[in-house]
Formats: sequence, C-alpha cells, structure tokens
Amino acid sequence: MSAEQIISAPKLIVRDLNFYYGADRALKDINLVIPEKMVTAFIGPSGCGKSTLLRTFNRMYQLYPKQRATGEILMDGQNLLDKKQDLNNLRAKVGMVFQKPTPFPMSIYDNIAFGVKLYENLSRHDMDARVEWALKKAALWNEVKDKMKQSGTGLSGGQQQRLCIARAIAVKPQVLLLDEPTSALDPISTAHIEKLIDELKKDFTIVIVTHNMQQAARVSDFTAYMYLGDLIEFGDTSTVFTNPKRKETEDYITGRFG
Amino acid sequence: MPNLLREASHKRQTVFDLLFRNLTRLAAFAVLALLAAIIGSLIVGRLIPIVGTLVTSGIALLIAIPVSFGIAIFLTELSPRWLRRPLGIAVELLAGIPSIIYGMWGLFIFAPLFADHVEPWLNDHIGTWPLLGPFFSGPPMGIGMLTAGIILAIMVIPFIASVMRDVFDVVPTMLKESAYGLGATTWEVMWNVVLPYTKIGVVGGIMLGLGRALGETMAVTFVIGNAHELHQSLLMPGNSISSALANEFTEAVGDLYTSSLIELGLILFFITFVVLSLARFMLYRLAKGEGQGA
Repeated sequence: MSAEQIISAPKLIVRDLNFYYGADRALKDINLVIPEKMVTAFIGPSGCGKSTLLRTFNRMYQLYPKQRATGEILMDGQNLLDKKQDLNNLRAKVGMVFQKPTPFPMSIYDNIAFGVKLYENLSRHDMDARVEWALKKAALWNEVKDKMKQSGTGLSGGQQQRLCIARAIAVKPQVLLLDEPTSALDPISTAHIEKLIDELKKDFTIVIVTHNMQQAARVSDFTAYMYLGDLIEFGDTSTVFTNPKRKETEDYITGRFG
Repeated sequence: MPNLLREASHKRQTVFDLLFRNLTRLAAFAVLALLAAIIGSLIVGRLIPIVGTLVTSGIALLIAIPVSFGIAIFLTELSPRWLRRPLGIAVELLAGIPSIIYGMWGLFIFAPLFADHVEPWLNDHIGTWPLLGPFFSGPPMGIGMLTAGIILAIMVIPFIASVMRDVFDVVPTMLKESAYGLGATTWEVMWNVVLPYTKIGVVGGIMLGLGRALGETMAVTFVIGNAHELHQSLLMPGNSISSALANEFTEAVGDLYTSSLIELGLILFFITFVVLSLARFMLYRLAKGEGQGA
C-alpha cells in the first residue's frame, strides 16, 4: 500500500483542521487523508488529541457548547463541518463505538433495531433480516440468536462491545469510528474484536483510536502518530512502525517516551 | 369391551374433576367477593372525599409529569451552563414554599384569574365536546377540583423535576453519546435511552410527588371548595380526604364522628399503599418488557 493508493481512494480528507475547547487549541492544523475500506489507527500519548480528532468526524463535539472546530473535513466532496450539514444524516453515515460497551437498556433485538428505526421504516420481516445481518457481521449471531428478547445489559463485556459494533453497522454507515474499543475488555474479547475489525474493513472505512501500539500494528493499514495536538507522522503502518521518518515517532514506538 | 368401559369411567372422572375444581374456585371467589363487598360498603359512605383525593392527585400528576420531564430535559441537556444553577435552585426553592402559602396564593390570586380567563374558555370550547364536555362545563367559580389539581401540580413539580434531573444527570455520557452517535435527536435519546435507563428513579420521583399530592391538606383545603358533593364537572367544588379531616375535626362531636374521621385517615393510608404497590408492579412489568438478564 503506497501513498498513491491513499490518494486514489480517499474517504475522508482533513484540511487545516483546528479544534478548540473554549480557548484551548487541542488540534493544530491537521492535514490527513483517510483511505477508503482500510483501517487507519491514531496513536499517541494521552491528551494528544487523537480522540478529539476522531470525534470531529461525526461532530460529536457539537453536544458541548464550548467546543468548536475550524477547517474542512471532506467526505465524498462534502464538507462535514459545514453548518448546513444535517447532523443526523452525518451520524447515519459515520458510526461510532466507544471505550466502554454501552448497550441500551432494552432487549438485544431492540438494541440493534433502535438505530435502524431512526432512518428506515422496515417491515417486521425486513427488520429481522437486518438485525440478523448486523449480528452476523459483528460475529455475535451464534451466541445470541436464542436470546434476542433478553436484555442487552446481561451479556458479557466482550459480547456487549460486539453488540455495540453490530448496532453501529446495522445503520449501514460508510465510516466506522472506534474509540479505544478494547480498552475495557480482556485479552480474549480483544482478540475477537481485532479479528472482527479485519473482517469489517471489507465493507467499511475504519478509523481506530488506540492506546495499545501492538494493537495498532496488528489491525491497521495506516497509522497516524499524534503528539500535543500535532500530527507528527502519517504513513502505512509497517513503515511507521519499522522505519519511522521522525525521531519523535521512533521514541514513542520504541517506548523511550510516553 | 373393558377398554371402552374404562374409557367411559375415565371420562366421567374427568367431568367430576372439572366440576369439583370449578366449585372450589367459585367458593374462593365468593370469599373474595364478600370481602370486597364489605370493604366497598365501608368505602361508599366515604366516596366523595376518596374521589376528590384521587381526582385532584390524578390531575396534578397529569400536569406535573410532562412539565417536570420537560424541566429535567432542559436542565440536563439543553440549558446553557450559566442558566443551569439558577434555574435548578429556583425549582428547588419552589419545593420549600410552605403549603399554606400555595393555598393562599391559589385562593386569592390564581382562582380569580382562573375563573375570569380560563374557565369560561374551557366552558366554551372543551365543554361542548361529546365525551369530555361534562367534565369541563359548569359555573366558572375559580375554586373546585380542577383548581385544586393545578395547585397540587405546581406543588409537586419541584419534587418530580428535581428527582428527574438528578437521575438524568447520572446517566453515563457515553451512553447518551452512543445514541446521539447513531443519529438520534435529543428527544429520541431522552425518550428511548435516558428514560428507560433511569426508570426506577423517575418512578420513585413521581411516587414522591404523588405521595405529597395525596396527603396535601392546607393548599387543597383553600381551593377545593370543601363541598361534600359529587359532581361530574371538574369545575365544581368537591372535597378530599385530608381537607375533610382538617375541616371537620374541630366540629367532630361524639366518638362516632371522630372515629369515622379516623377511618377516613386509614382509607387514605390504604390508598397510598395500593398506589405504591401498583408502582412496584409497574416497575416489575417494565423490567420484564426490556428483557430478562442473561
């Protein structure tokens, strides 16, 4: 995978992105291209702005009054940061999964159907099919197919997180944002999710934030290293990890810093 | 042949068994019916204050629950940060006003305004509707069941709203963000995710308000009219258990009168008990509805 490939199929193009928490500048002139149907990982020490950057892609920051972003994020030629951009439609196209599993207090079936019902008016039969499809995609179907009516909060942590992934992909988004999706999970569940990410990139563009460098090395095709709001280095994962261009990246990856 | 015989006798046994079972069931129900009839006859004499208590509290909740829900949503989700504290404190202050002040305010300020401006309108508009009409037609006197219900609503709103706000506040941000992240609107997030997540607290808050509404004495006494009459119209005066007690204790001559007032108090206690049991039952049903834990 070379830089040409990135440019030939970009899904998101970030241009001169700045982000502010009140007066604090948390992202500084970020320029970045997220390639389509690949996994891009953001790594860096805590507080470097990687989650902040992720949360600009679905404008989650807009829930909070003092947070704002300037610059451009283009998806299929449309600027996501444009005030005219419909937030609900944007979030249908850009799904998100969080640090901790967040199943809604309803049955497993309704957890998946909830998001779908917001956009589509499916018949009972089509909805059943969609729920099954999403659960199969998230590799959860076999474990829950006999207890669809049970509460989603009764599943194990790893199952809950896969339920959240199923919930996000049930809406059929184009981009999937994963914000440290395995930080609350045990190694086996983590391995499940990582395998899943590998499967999902056939259909979705995936952006993952992770604290775990080995994870970034395992699952991602491209890696961005960030530090204190700056994008230090971006490139395909093998290059960033084996032959980083910048000294700061090397220090972080080899564990001399951070 | 023996086979057939056995079958016939078997059939007869089944019939007898069925008969027997239904007879026992009937006996059991007869006992219950008798009990209900006795309790019923005890209650019938008390019908007016019981109806008054239930109707005014019902009106109060009907108004207070949606308003409190709105206040709580505004305070937790929509309000700008600088407005949150003052508004929250204002809501809590409302809870601190003594009930007699609500009563006086209701009688001297609210009731006249209500009689002049709202009740004639109710008479002209809703009063002519086929089913609801009779409830909203009658002389616009200002005092009556509806006024008492509205005053009660104002009194219980701070309780329900502050409990709702507190429980909405503890909903994990990430849970709300995951619903927003699917593209849900504020309403969809509140209604489908936050409310089910906090249902125990919300029902608790509503019960707190209902408890106050059922037992509220002074404010209701001021505005309900204290007429020992049963009317279909909500604009007519009525009586509630607690206001009947407050009004009649001074004039209760003889043991029988006093005892009957005490019985009225006991009935109020039972009503509260039944209401709380129903709330428990409702929570139980809701928990079943969302699916059992694995």
